[in-house]
Amino acid sequence: MKKKKVVQFIGFLLLRMCLYTVLAILLLFLYDIGKKGGGSISWEFLSQPPRRGMTQGGIFPAIVGTLVVTIVTAVLAIPLGMFAAIYLNEYAKQSRLTRIIRLAIRNLSGVPSIVYGLFGVILFVNILKFGTSILSAGLTLGLLTLPWTITASEEALKTIPNSYREGSLALGATKWQSIRTNVLPYAIPGMLTGTVLGLARAAGETAPILFTGAAFYLPYLPKSLSDQFMALPYHLYIMATQHHAIQQVRPLAYGTALVLIVLVLGLNMTAIVIRFRLRRKRRW
Amino acid sequence: MDIQPKIETKNLSFYYGSKQALRNINIICADRRVTAIIGPSGCGKSTFIRTLNRMNDVIAGARVEGEILIDGVNINSPAVDVVELRKNVGMVFQKPNPFPKSIFDNVAYGLRINNGKNRAKIEEVVEKSLIEAALWDEVKDRLKENAFALSGGQQQRLCIARAMAVEPEVILFDEPCSAIDPIATAKIEDLIMKVKKDYTVVIVTHNMQQAARVSDFTAFMMLGDLIEFDKTETIFTNPADKLTEDYITGRFG
Repeated sequence: MKKKKVVQFIGFLLLRMCLYTVLAILLLFLYDIGKKGGGSISWEFLSQPPRRGMTQGGIFPAIVGTLVVTIVTAVLAIPLGMFAAIYLNEYAKQSRLTRIIRLAIRNLSGVPSIVYGLFGVILFVNILKFGTSILSAGLTLGLLTLPWTITASEEALKTIPNSYREGSLALGATKWQSIRTNVLPYAIPGMLTGTVLGLARAAGETAPILFTGAAFYLPYLPKSLSDQFMALPYHLYIMATQHHAIQQVRPLAYGTALVLIVLVLGLNMTAIVIRFRLRRKRRW
Repeated sequence: MDIQPKIETKNLSFYYGSKQALRNINIICADRRVTAIIGPSGCGKSTFIRTLNRMNDVIAGARVEGEILIDGVNINSPAVDVVELRKNVGMVFQKPNPFPKSIFDNVAYGLRINNGKNRAKIEEVVEKSLIEAALWDEVKDRLKENAFALSGGQQQRLCIARAMAVEPEVILFDEPCSAIDPIATAKIEDLIMKVKKDYTVVIVTHNMQQAARVSDFTAFMMLGDLIEFDKTETIFTNPADKLTEDYITGRFG
């Protein structure tokens, strides 16, 4: 009897230690970036373009660039991902083909992002002739996000009990009516949660935009979707590795990192809030 | 009052892939009467009732042989629109399945998807259906509340009201009381006996007393076969088949 309790105690202790270790690493990481980058954050840093060979000034164009590209990503990935998931989960017959499609989608989410970058160069920049632009980069990131969006949306659809579908079919609803009125309204918050997490990941990616549209330095803001743009992750990469005076601009690099993290955390928080509100409302 | 056939199955067989679930079922469900389907678990009674509104259509690999005639029309013929069929043949499921909407919206659901836009008309039908389902007095002051706030028995009566709101001619009950308590069960049985003057009712039940109480005709099924089909009184007092007798006297099942 006593031994069992001891074993349980040790087990819990171990699990708790693992959790604390992960949390500690995360907090240490955030603390480090906050401490080193916090000093650079000012209104000027957030609202001005870089100056003097990026040794002074701010990161405003990079913030705008990242936001705009993320919007393009969302415009591609949200509808396409959701509709693909609806098709896969609600309409497609369970056959060898759909199993292969699902497997392919799962595998796509494991493809290294640089591969997406190269694919984007070939498809969007060269073949479709969108050039190195916001459009090309956004679409590339959209492709990167799609597997996440589809998988998360399908999971969300799976949580809707079959009795909702059958119940409305039995009342003379068409399949689409049943999905639209009795499945989607309850699945959409879950679908959005996964999608926003995917977008957050895309916003922080460097490799896919490296060759498809991100610019080393632009003194102005992009005027259309066919312009190049500055982006936070790429800017950070340059400041940290490519700049001619790396030591001097280190605080600016940390400042950029901090802004990027806040942005991504903000997106994740949105997803968490959506999920929280969904859980509170959910009754099945 | 003479008895008219409403539903008639002719050599109905049903397969899930290669597994045969129903074998040559011939049953006639009389108009505005209650037909009960009884039998041990896995005998195919739920499969049978779900062929009557083609709910099995959604199952991959399912296949129907033989004919199901409702008012003389084969419901599996290409000319029949399954959506129209299901409007005419309502269904109440084993587990109460209210939608996560208000009580009012649950009952109004069938009207709205069938293009009933007139607010006054919807309100009228919702009230009428809830009265018919003997639920009105309990919910009339809380129609905007979520249907999940109701008890299990109330939820099932709500589902019955929801089915009746689209004014079907047939209502199928697939073990409607298996997930609710005895008092709620009694209410639903009363309800079934009351509504049979307006609807043709087919009820699947594993509760023999329930079949004896509510139905006019009873079919006894076993392992996909129809063993015996007759007036309920005959089945329970003077069954022709030894298997039926063994089942209703509780020797197996």
